[in-house]
Amino acid sequence: MLIPPPHNHPAPPGEPRLSLSNITKRYPGVVANADVSLTVMPGEIHAVLGENGAGKSTLMKVIYGSIQADEGEIQWNGRQIVIPNPAAARKLGIGMVFQHFSLFETLTVTENIALALDEPFDLAALAERVKIVSEKYGLPLDPHRLVHSLSVGERQRVEIVRCLLQDPQLLILDEPTSVLTPQAVRKLFETLRQLASEGVSLLYISHKLHEIQELCDSATVMRGGRVTGHCKPAEESPASMARMMIGRDLPVCVAPEYTGSVGTSLEVRNLSLESPDPFGVSLKDVNLRVARGEVVGIAGISGNGQAELLAALSGEQTVGKGAILLDGVDVGQLNAGQRRDKGLGFVPEERLGRGAVPNMPLSWNAMLTAHRQPEMRKYTLLDFAAARDFAKRCIERFDVRCNGEQSVARSLSGGNLQKFIVGREIMQAPKVMVIAQPTWGVDVGASAFLRQTILDISRSGVGVLVISEELDELFEISDRIAVLAGGRLSEAVPKEQTDVERIGLLMVRNTEQEAA
Amino acid sequence: MQLLEPRATPSKLMQWAAPPIAICLTLVVGAVLFWSLGVSPPKAFYVFFIEPLETSNGWSELVLKASPLILIAQGLALGFRARIYNIGAEGQLLMGAIFASAVAIWTDGSTAWWVLPAMVLAGALGGGLWGALPAWLKTHFNAEETLTTLMLTYVATFFLSWLVSVPWRDPGGSNFPQSIMFGDAALFTPLFEGLRINTSVYITIAAVVIFQIFVSRSFTAFQLAVGGQAPAAARYAGFSARKAVWLSLIISGLTAGIAGAGEVAGPIGQLTLSLSPGYGYAAIIVAWVGRLHPLGIVLSGFLMAMIYIGGDAGQVSLQLPSAITGLFQGMLLFFLLGADAFVNYRIKRRKVVQLNKVAA
Amino acid sequence: MIEHITPILVGTLGAATPLVFAGLGELVAEKSGVINLGVEGMMLIGAIAAFAAAVATDGNLVVGLSIGALAGALAALPFAILTLSLGANQAASGLATTIFGVGLSAFIGQSFVSYSLPGVKPLAIPILSDIPVIGPVLFHQDIVVYLSFATFAVLSWVLAKTRIGLVLRAVGESPESAHAIGYPVMAIRYGAVLFGGAMAGIAGAYLSVVYTPLWVQNMTAGRGWIAVALVVFATWKPGRLMLGAYLFGGVTILQLHAQGLGIPISSHFLSALPYIATIVVLVLISRDRKLLQLNLPASLGKSFIAGG
Repeated sequence: MLIPPPHNHPAPPGEPRLSLSNITKRYPGVVANADVSLTVMPGEIHAVLGENGAGKSTLMKVIYGSIQADEGEIQWNGRQIVIPNPAAARKLGIGMVFQHFSLFETLTVTENIALALDEPFDLAALAERVKIVSEKYGLPLDPHRLVHSLSVGERQRVEIVRCLLQDPQLLILDEPTSVLTPQAVRKLFETLRQLASEGVSLLYISHKLHEIQELCDSATVMRGGRVTGHCKPAEESPASMARMMIGRDLPVCVAPEYTGSVGTSLEVRNLSLESPDPFGVSLKDVNLRVARGEVVGIAGISGNGQAELLAALSGEQTVGKGAILLDGVDVGQLNAGQRRDKGLGFVPEERLGRGAVPNMPLSWNAMLTAHRQPEMRKYTLLDFAAARDFAKRCIERFDVRCNGEQSVARSLSGGNLQKFIVGREIMQAPKVMVIAQPTWGVDVGASAFLRQTILDISRSGVGVLVISEELDELFEISDRIAVLAGGRLSEAVPKEQTDVERIGLLMVRNTEQEAA
Repeated sequence: MQLLEPRATPSKLMQWAAPPIAICLTLVVGAVLFWSLGVSPPKAFYVFFIEPLETSNGWSELVLKASPLILIAQGLALGFRARIYNIGAEGQLLMGAIFASAVAIWTDGSTAWWVLPAMVLAGALGGGLWGALPAWLKTHFNAEETLTTLMLTYVATFFLSWLVSVPWRDPGGSNFPQSIMFGDAALFTPLFEGLRINTSVYITIAAVVIFQIFVSRSFTAFQLAVGGQAPAAARYAGFSARKAVWLSLIISGLTAGIAGAGEVAGPIGQLTLSLSPGYGYAAIIVAWVGRLHPLGIVLSGFLMAMIYIGGDAGQVSLQLPSAITGLFQGMLLFFLLGADAFVNYRIKRRKVVQLNKVAA
Repeated sequence: MIEHITPILVGTLGAATPLVFAGLGELVAEKSGVINLGVEGMMLIGAIAAFAAAVATDGNLVVGLSIGALAGALAALPFAILTLSLGANQAASGLATTIFGVGLSAFIGQSFVSYSLPGVKPLAIPILSDIPVIGPVLFHQDIVVYLSFATFAVLSWVLAKTRIGLVLRAVGESPESAHAIGYPVMAIRYGAVLFGGAMAGIAGAYLSVVYTPLWVQNMTAGRGWIAVALVVFATWKPGRLMLGAYLFGGVTILQLHAQGLGIPISSHFLSALPYIATIVVLVLISRDRKLLQLNLPASLGKSFIAGG
């Protein structure tokens, strides 16, 4: 191996910080990365752009040493290296901010950070350093707080500070803005630019085109595990990057006028609810009305009462008399099954394990909620043939790609399972549909299909409530938008009368009220 | 150390093959064990598994032992599907035996036809109550049923020892801790002259049929299975977790209680301290080896009964310690759990990729 | 009445010692996210192995305890392989460990039924042991009791103050996160489970070599299960575990002294007391769901096999 002495090189731009060539990683049945190459210079903010399932996360795990590539080479500051595990990556100066945070709820900020540092164990001294570093980069943190008491944004700060304490030369951020308010995104970008100006290289993984345009110097676009192009985001348009990302134009949803009968479909009145979970958020005086034929969106970051509101709406948690009305009928004290009998359709955020039983075939998963359809029962026993038939129709009508109605739920991709679950609920002709994170982790094609499906059922006279972290999505399909933050729900306003900025402010304000 | 990777879909083949694999592995280790004890394995296997079945009495004993095991395991399996671990079937069996004996002792001398049915009902009641107690503790106080069912087994044991030592001790029984011998009205009729096998096996046969229909077709069993595999999905669908706890524990208590009644009204004919050779624990293994499936349990019940009878025969013919039965039971469950891993996982494939690289 | 108090307290410590060892071991395993219901079986295997070793060495305590610990760890090994490497159900595997342990110990023990050991003389700590009541209770005990104090002290310190303790808690809290930042989750859990086995082995060894000192089939009589319950009662805190262990030791001893104290209850019912007390204690602690949830290692009972 030849390592040229540094002074032989012309000063800027110097060696690449990181250079990947022909990385390939296979899993049973899929090639997650095929022949992927990319280069990051010191101080460069480099985007890795691609939709869900494009292989971005796998590539980052290879760089961070969590997994090993089957083929290909990694060069670090000009030297060919092997990264056997995350500890080795950290030693090299590679830090990673995870999408689903790698934090421990019952440990303090300092303890969490200590776990990722390979240095003598001295919590008191570390707490001091956490304070100093976090203030220097505008990421204020109390080192002694327990992580479960932190907001999602604060948790991300812990992750970032944890990396910064190791003097990283390369920082990987996996979809870092998916959990942040628009205002917090701006602050994060400031911090990232400050880091880049100090010479830190950044790998920024995202599927959000406008963010990449705003922040990144260059981008590598991935699709189906392969690199489909390199570009300078500043020189591209969102449409041109989208084409590189999905291979065609971004699909658009159509929202026709609603012309059916008017009336209230779902109503929540003065709902207050203490969370049974010690790490949960209690609901405070939530009021909401969803009319027939409309889609109401609830924006906000998960962990602000979303789980509690969903449990109260679905009936997994019963509430007081008169707090929830379904088509004018008080259902507050009914359980989940009884509310379905009254016409509630519900799609939870977790598909595997909640919306579907992972190891049961689709036909059985159809029975999970559709058992109340008369054709599913013969005498008092279950009719499995009817369940298979129901699943078959669902698969066909909602374009679920799978090996038939006998495939187990966990063998489906996220998007296809979501289509099945949404389909199962719609086929039971609900009067009200509540859908949480409809397109979380779903590819662009399936997302568009799901969003259009949501619009279509609403226009058929169903009241639809969508809870989502994706503001773009809510603005695309909602008629009115409210914000849930700190357990309080803002008034739902027509989307034409608001914008991302104002919604973001509501998220912040409610949370701060809570803290005060 | 990580040997496995998840399969995309569970292996149908392994679902069926795991129990036979576990049985084979147990036999292999058993052979080594016999050999190390200085007994030739073929001879030992002959004494354990073939010789006892060469007589009609051997078959009678086999069915007599398999019957309570199958009955208890049916109830347990229902709960295990819902991940509700009743490991105190032994205690529920004892309570069933105690309640049934109460009927027999209080009606001693009666020849009425209803004595035996009343004993079976009382046994069901006793076992059911002893199962309902941990269900109440779980649903109202969130107390783990694994620990409470087991603790209640010890309590039942001491209750039994008090009964047979103090109030119910047979005054003519030369001070042994045991009750009077029950009258004919309080005993199951033998099926064949001179053999111990009796009409209580009909109860087990009926139970197998009922459980088979219930498990494969009933909505309740479906709810239990969903609750076991994905508790969040059960909540989402509105299936009551409390109901699952009550049902599982009461039904498994009930079957164990009936089995207890079958013992005191059957081969034993009185209430004694040693009325169960650990059927309640062995039934746990029977349920698992039988795949928690009503018909599978029939097969595994006979297998477990073989191990019991073989253990007795080994003690008599080969002077092997009787504890060898427990050893076999434990090994069988170990191997089954190990083989079961391959339903959802497979051996991690080593990098075949290196070859491709050379080829390319 | 008063003359009974000192012997009762002295006996309490001895009766509690097996619970202390087994309970602390199980606590460490559970902290890492693994619940092992095989404590009873591992204790029995430890007890018979230690007894056999002590018989072979004319009652050598060090050999007995070491062999007991080793045997306990070996008894935990199949459980570890099943649940950690093969992702098997922890409840079932623990139960299998107990069933196997009961069988194996009875099998080996059949040739040791007629033996007895000299036992271990209490060790009086000069001066301190002369203090009335407290002296004989705390400072006139056998050396294994002192060892249990030391084990508790060291373990509490390790769990609360060292990196190893922090890593153990982290793995039990979220194996996914620990794996993501590069900790060998499986190796750590293997360590915790085998440690739990060794401690259960010592607990069994104490019973057969020091406390009884005899081999009796099933001599643990449910103490392994009580130890598991104690960990819940302790809400996974070593200090509370000690408290619980002494409470149960007290109940056990009280029942032996009941007749002397003139309590007119049948010995059959008194014998059931520790088990009833276990249920009562479980109920009292478990009814506070939030308290349990705040202290419970979040991944307890769930298998973790990393993808990829």
